[in-house]
Amino acid sequence: MRIPPKHTQRAAVLVMGLATLFTLAILVFIILFVLEKGLPVVSLKFLFTNPQDMGKSGGILPTLVGTILLTLVAVAIATPLGVGTAIYLTEYTRESRITRIIRFGADCLAGIPSIIFGLFGFIFFVTILKMGWSIMSGGLTLAFMILPTIIRTAEEAIKAVPNSYREVSFSLGATRWETVQKVVLPSALPGIVTGIMLGVGRSIGETAAVIFTAGSSLRMPASLMDSARTMSVHFYILAREGISTENAYGTAAILVITILFINLTAYSLMNRFVAKNN
Amino acid sequence: MKLLGERGVQRLLAGIAFSAISALLLIALFIIKEGLPFIIGYGPAKFLLASDWNPQLGRFGIWPMIVASVWVTLGAMLVGAPLGVACAAYLTEFVPRRVMGVVKPTIELLAGIPSVVYGFIGVMVLAPLIRSSLGGPGLSVLAGAAILGVMILPTIISISIDSIQAVPNSYREGSLALGATRWQTTYMVTIPAAKSGIIASIILGMGRAIGETMAVIMVAGNAVKIPGSPLDSVRTLTANIALEMGYATGRHREALFATGVVLLVIIMILNSLAGMAIRKRAAKR
Repeated sequence: MRIPPKHTQRAAVLVMGLATLFTLAILVFIILFVLEKGLPVVSLKFLFTNPQDMGKSGGILPTLVGTILLTLVAVAIATPLGVGTAIYLTEYTRESRITRIIRFGADCLAGIPSIIFGLFGFIFFVTILKMGWSIMSGGLTLAFMILPTIIRTAEEAIKAVPNSYREVSFSLGATRWETVQKVVLPSALPGIVTGIMLGVGRSIGETAAVIFTAGSSLRMPASLMDSARTMSVHFYILAREGISTENAYGTAAILVITILFINLTAYSLMNRFVAKNN
Repeated sequence: MKLLGERGVQRLLAGIAFSAISALLLIALFIIKEGLPFIIGYGPAKFLLASDWNPQLGRFGIWPMIVASVWVTLGAMLVGAPLGVACAAYLTEFVPRRVMGVVKPTIELLAGIPSVVYGFIGVMVLAPLIRSSLGGPGLSVLAGAAILGVMILPTIISISIDSIQAVPNSYREGSLALGATRWQTTYMVTIPAAKSGIIASIILGMGRAIGETMAVIMVAGNAVKIPGSPLDSVRTLTANIALEMGYATGRHREALFATGVVLLVIIMILNSLAGMAIRKRAAKR
């Protein structure tokens, strides 16, 4: 028996539509579940008081500070490297074997699992460079991890700057670097910021690479050479060791809200940037 | 920058441009330096294929972990690949562009949710569900595969969408003009034309699944044994490293780095395969 193509089409569309709906439903479920359980716990007091009793009660202030410092270190190191690489690839060289090697390196780095970054950071920054479990070790490790994201987004953003901009700048007698600095970078800025924000989002959510490099001390870090516990690590420890499900949900809610906010801002920046350039 | 001059800036940027590849080499070098001597000293066959992992007794066979990683990853592919490709095909071929413009970034947000949160949802929602409906401990291969399958969806969907969109419209028009329905066009023309990109997306998803650590630690149960059924508790390669790294010393620590070497080799192979698939697509055009 032959089924008419119209019917197969209807069945296929139904199945694919359901698959899409299912994917979206999971996303909505995860977010709503975490918010529903976590938001009642969250308050200004939760955010800004010290944890008591290993996190069983009290707030999450030191982990908030730890997360911010670690992310700042990672971004401060990865941004110049990533943007510099992107400028070199787009403005200073043609496609060649060297650019292929550079891109290959960035792609491979992007595929390395976070636990490998953790192992590396532990042996290199913590042990060999004797930085110990510290915000510095963790931040450097994360910088390596988010570098590919920043390179790729910055490259896309710089490529999207119309060539006529550069031509006008050159015709006015500007050098290549002056053109990059005063023409290309300002117009590519929103795209570059998108990449940085995606990197921030990844840094905040990362656990495996951080726990072995920044440690998990719950004390308030006094310097960048102190160990610190990020919100993700705190959440992991609370949940896994069954210290406090309630505070785990609270921390998860803050994590999810922060990351969603950052990523949404990043995407909307990118959209506006793309719209402007078309 | 004035101080450097044009040539100086160019040299500086050229130096910076090698940061990513240098980072990669540095990572590979140190993981291998810490792990490889152990593999050679202990015997590669014994390390990879022996089934007893007992660091206190000096026994370091990672076969159960390799099997566990393979099971969990293949399970994740069974969940993620069909779902992801169906999503991608639906969004590119059957839905107005504007809807896709909203749905695609929304799905990409899934990728931003931290893996610990996925793991926690697995523990709180999925594991009890499995325990009560199918039996077993709940924390299992099945739970791990399901959670990882969802986690790799954004990777698969977003790369598949890009490669399906890259298929020239003339292909679709040709097929529709011959009287094929939209669905016949999709599965007989568009998807085969986008095949290498879709395969690349699946391989990259696989790499993510095999490398994922925190979510798997939380939901797969972590028992060191070769799983007999999908409801058994298992420990993956990544979980093995993360669980014991905190207190391991001496040979035990070297064995964990050696586990890292195995993981790194697997990931490198998968990445090269994905790269090859992507290049094949680029070469065709």
